[in-house]
Amino acid sequence: MTLTELKRGQKAIIKDVSSIHIPLKLLEMGCLPGNYVELVQVAPFADPMYLNINGSHLAIRRETANYILIESTDE
Amino acid sequence: MSKQINVALIGNPNTGKTSVFNALTGLNQKVGNYPGITVEKKEGVCKLSRNLKAHIIDLPGTYSLNASSLDENVVIELLLNKNDKDFPDVAVVISDVENLKRNLLLFTQIKDLEIPAILVINMSDRMAYKGISLDIEYLEEQLKTKIALVSTRKNKGIEDLKTLISNYKALNTEPCLDASVIDKDYFDNLRKAFPNQLLYKLWLVITQDVNFGKVTRNEFDSIEDFKTKSSAELKKLQQKETIKRYQFINDTLKKGQTIDLKTAKDIRIKLDRILTHKVWGYLIFAIILLLIFQAIYDWSSVPMDFIDSTFAALSEWTRSVLPDGIFTSLLGEGIIPGLGGIVIFIPQIAFLFLFISVLEESGYMSRVVFLMDRIMRRFGLSGKSVVPLISGTACAIPAIMATRNIESWKERLITILVTPFTTCSARLPVYLIIIALVIPEGRFLGLSYQALTLMLLYLIGFATAVGSAYLLNKVLKIRSKSFFVIEMPNYKLPLFKNVALTVVEKTKAFVFGAGKIILAISVVLWFLASFGPGENFNNAEQIVTENWASQELTENELQQKIASYKLEHSFIGITGRAIEPAIRPLGYDWKIGIAILSSFAAREVFVGTLATIYSVGSDEEETIKNRMAGEVNPILGGPLFNLASGISLLLFYAFAMQCMSTLAIVKRETNSWKWPILQLVVMSVFAYLVALAAFQILK
Ligand SMILES: Nc1nc2c(ncn2[C@@H]2O[C@H](COP(=O)(O)OP(=O)(O)OP(=O)(O)O)[C@@H](O)[C@H]2O)c(=O)[nH]1
Ligand SMILES: [Mg+2]
Repeated sequence: MTLTELKRGQKAIIKDVSSIHIPLKLLEMGCLPGNYVELVQVAPFADPMYLNINGSHLAIRRETANYILIESTDE
Repeated sequence: MSKQINVALIGNPNTGKTSVFNALTGLNQKVGNYPGITVEKKEGVCKLSRNLKAHIIDLPGTYSLNASSLDENVVIELLLNKNDKDFPDVAVVISDVENLKRNLLLFTQIKDLEIPAILVINMSDRMAYKGISLDIEYLEEQLKTKIALVSTRKNKGIEDLKTLISNYKALNTEPCLDASVIDKDYFDNLRKAFPNQLLYKLWLVITQDVNFGKVTRNEFDSIEDFKTKSSAELKKLQQKETIKRYQFINDTLKKGQTIDLKTAKDIRIKLDRILTHKVWGYLIFAIILLLIFQAIYDWSSVPMDFIDSTFAALSEWTRSVLPDGIFTSLLGEGIIPGLGGIVIFIPQIAFLFLFISVLEESGYMSRVVFLMDRIMRRFGLSGKSVVPLISGTACAIPAIMATRNIESWKERLITILVTPFTTCSARLPVYLIIIALVIPEGRFLGLSYQALTLMLLYLIGFATAVGSAYLLNKVLKIRSKSFFVIEMPNYKLPLFKNVALTVVEKTKAFVFGAGKIILAISVVLWFLASFGPGENFNNAEQIVTENWASQELTENELQQKIASYKLEHSFIGITGRAIEPAIRPLGYDWKIGIAILSSFAAREVFVGTLATIYSVGSDEEETIKNRMAGEVNPILGGPLFNLASGISLLLFYAFAMQCMSTLAIVKRETNSWKWPILQLVVMSVFAYLVALAAFQILK
């Protein structure tokens, strides 16, 4: 599933990021396969999304989140 | 002779580079808890020992050496160009102890350029709070560097840092990562083609335009031939490089850092639950804006009235003590009223900067960006445009500079173009005095009409900015990626010192910057108003006395008539009447015309100009306001400043582009004359038409 499906407060592991669509900057901020991601808060219409990626707190737009694949860690 | 070395401060945004810079140099550059406070190179000097001085360079924050916005590019340009006069002898990489993992990415890149590098781990005062402990020795060994554990807030570790800088020759310059692990074959070929160059440096030059693409090539001209890989392939490799770097960092930190989550505390989550909430978040933001507005309008009116009357008294006093003559009249009628026109706004400017600075220092600004992004995007702007639009209420110049961290060029350009519509502090003087003259007192729902009018003007400013952004977004055909990422920093208690410094420095800059222009203009104006060509001016007394001989005038009335006759035939009067036909339909007389003309240099000159023009030749003690209230419309009769002409003036100032400095900055930031000229013409024509319509409807 993609990052857009994550619910507020949920955690997941990043599985893959499409390097063509995702700017390098985001990867360098820690958005890499294997790292955890948590959805801290969303603005109205769930856009932008406020994330905690591997300890870095940042906000990205929903269109970008579409290109980040995740795997839920919830039991 | 003492030796001087170049020391560059490099690091992720918001890690405290400028705070370290200030601690080392004793200077007061602006600090704030928002990524992207520093957007250009700042320099200072630090004496390390008797014969060693360091030339310290503060740089904009960057997440890596792969630039994706203009401010980041400054750093890369510097590090890739060995011939730059500022090329560092030693790089001091500033990191934030709470984000060490991410901060080390940049550090490893700088190491790989084989520049002597020192690692500063800043904000060490937060370690206990966050349950972090570090094995410094181990980290130094793994990262092949020297580490200074620093807290600029607690003033700790700065001396250690200075010692490390002095001993920069002893630093290990081995890289952390072997660049060729990224792609063996490719890098082997590269090595053959450029045997004398550093591989990682070549790699950076090759990959720059994949992300941003503005690095000046110089020595690397022939590298164009080496583009054997497509940009998609290069991006893949960059991703691989990043993963490799993080592997190295994770391994290093596994042993070098322990975080005890049990003792770690965090108020972020609790605060963000409210401050970024779908409803409460916006409500709180609105309340904060109202509060700022209230402070500017209400709280500062007391000191302002005081300043106004003091200057009137001062001017009167000068004229009564000094002997009559040219100098006295220049001082009392030109310079003092002119300066009074600017000093009076100190309280408001100070309040404005106080609020903006607290918003930035607390970390709240990033939350506003988060809340507003979606809404701003509809208008072709970015959430990050909110910061320029808010700080544009102080001054458009820093606001336009603050657009540099907007990634998308189109969003950035639109932000630059519309920012001058926000009500900057230079418009306030004009608004306040005209509102006081033409808007009746009285209240509506507990709010005074005057305050409401001012609020409305601010709203008009924002609405026009956003509305024209919408149009520009439709009209401008610029293809650029819409990408957006913003870091959400921890909340911090604003440091009184930082806030106070910002307020004092900015207010000083405003007063002296505007002061100089106003001083010069008021001297010129006074001269033009006190002298004139030909018979009419020189024989004014005789002409007036003869003309009015049939009527019984008191001595005083006669003097008044002579003075105004003289003014009308002075150089300034002649110019003013030449332009009068153009502005009469807007309800202005030639004096206002002169004030508008002179305020094309800077808006705040308006009040000073009127003050100067009105005080030439009159000798009662009067405040600027009373003088203006007494003016009569020469054609229609009745007070010159009435509701119709007042509203028309307010609207004219709301829309017209009257600020040379802003135009100069726009030229610099967009690198073309096209955009500032477009701003000047479109805004001024629009202003004229709106003012015209307003007067014709209301009169
Ligand atoms: N707790 C704590 N806060 C600090 C320390 N040093 C700086 N800060 C705060 O960190 C924030 C960022 O400081 P700056 O010096 O503006 O950071 P910068 O790296 O220059 O930021 P940019 O120019 O935006 O890249 C400010 O709010 C400072 O008050 C420190 O040692 N301890
Ligand atoms: Mg800075």
